Amino acid sequence: MIVDLLLLSITTILVNNFVLVKFLGCCPFLGVSKRVDTAIGMSIAVTFVMTVASAVTYLVQVFILDYFGIGYMQTVAFILVIAVLVQFVEMVIQKISPALYSALGIYLPLITTNCAVLGVAILNITEKHNFIYSVVYGLSAGLSFMLAIVLFAGVREKLSLSNIPKAMQGFPIALVTAGLLAMAFLGFQGLKLV
Amino acid sequence: MEVLWPVVVLGGLGLVFGGLLGIAAKAFHVNKDERAEQIAELLPGANCGGCGYAGCNALAVALTEGRAMPTVCAALKTEQLDEIAGLLGVEAQAEVRRVAKVLCSGTCDMAATKCKYEGIRDCVAAQRYGGGEIACQFGCCGYGSCVSACKFDAISIIDGVARVIEENCVGCGTCVAACPRNLITLVPATQRTFVLCRSKEKGAAMKDICKAGCIGCGICAKNCPAEAIEMAENLATIDYEKCTNCGICVEKCPKNVIEYKEEI
Repeated sequence: MIVDLLLLSITTILVNNFVLVKFLGCCPFLGVSKRVDTAIGMSIAVTFVMTVASAVTYLVQVFILDYFGIGYMQTVAFILVIAVLVQFVEMVIQKISPALYSALGIYLPLITTNCAVLGVAILNITEKHNFIYSVVYGLSAGLSFMLAIVLFAGVREKLSLSNIPKAMQGFPIALVTAGLLAMAFLGFQGLKLV
Repeated sequence: MEVLWPVVVLGGLGLVFGGLLGIAAKAFHVNKDERAEQIAELLPGANCGGCGYAGCNALAVALTEGRAMPTVCAALKTEQLDEIAGLLGVEAQAEVRRVAKVLCSGTCDMAATKCKYEGIRDCVAAQRYGGGEIACQFGCCGYGSCVSACKFDAISIIDGVARVIEENCVGCGTCVAACPRNLITLVPATQRTFVLCRSKEKGAAMKDICKAGCIGCGICAKNCPAEAIEMAENLATIDYEKCTNCGICVEKCPKNVIEYKEEI
């Protein structure tokens, strides 16, 4: 059981990286990766929301959607759950830690519409994970997002100091870098763990 | 009937979540000063840091708590300043508008170069490698550290020298701190005459380095009726407090280093 969970986690982080292999969550990946510290802040918030959202959406699916036989309303219900969760997390953080709130403040609402979060919730159901697997999968997905975005932000910090041809400055070079990073992660495909 | 269940279930979910959020909003309520938000909207929002606070929102909070006066924000227009002062219930007297000025006239055709620089395009970095291409050790090296520091698009590099676009300049002083050669100063917007050189090189040496540099001849100081020009270390400096902007020094300068600004 523990070994299986560990394997699931490593597979999700390296082999099936959410951003660089599954291409989910590309918007924040490109948007908030200019500096490493903001990237870390964003990915901690994403990881937190993904983990909690995995747990709650699993419960919603099993006890509400499956019970009433309305599995086709999955997307609507999950989006609702995620939006509520993000709102709730925002309130709690604002009350408990104003410093963390002002650091994460602008990223939290962005997570509501982050497709990676919805992706985790839906993949949990299609891959038939049980509750514990869902939570671990959510956490690993968040960590895989963190790994990708922090690596990418490090590269972009270096890039901002280099001499780049005018036509490639800004987003063009960022997209090319993201592509190269994704190709590098293809190397992990050979890692057959499960 | 089949359509009823999804409506009921999702509607119910929405109601339950809405209720929970409502309770949470009460339970985790944080008291906020509403004026802070209104003031933050009136502030320029460029987060230049010229006021000494970590961005416009931090200044807005400091203003509501009475820790700062609205006049610390150099970028505020008069109407917004009045509005903020009205919100806070204080009197605000606008200070004299100040703008940044780059004191160098060593354009590409004037200033001699000493090497070919291929390092990082940044003034601070160039400074560490012997000052970049320009031969003058006091002049603008033109790699634009001030341009990237400016939050208001008010500086650009024109012909190898940084130039302030005065309509955009708010006098926050970010560029003053960014220039490794201390070439930028804040001057009153009404000032017309400027010695556009900061070189302390002796006159003879200056002639080889830059055709537009101050040679420290002192003719301007001798002819100034207001005695506003001071000579020190081969360099003329105008005291803007004493200067009457008469423009005599501009005509007398043999190197045309003193600029007379027509529009203010």
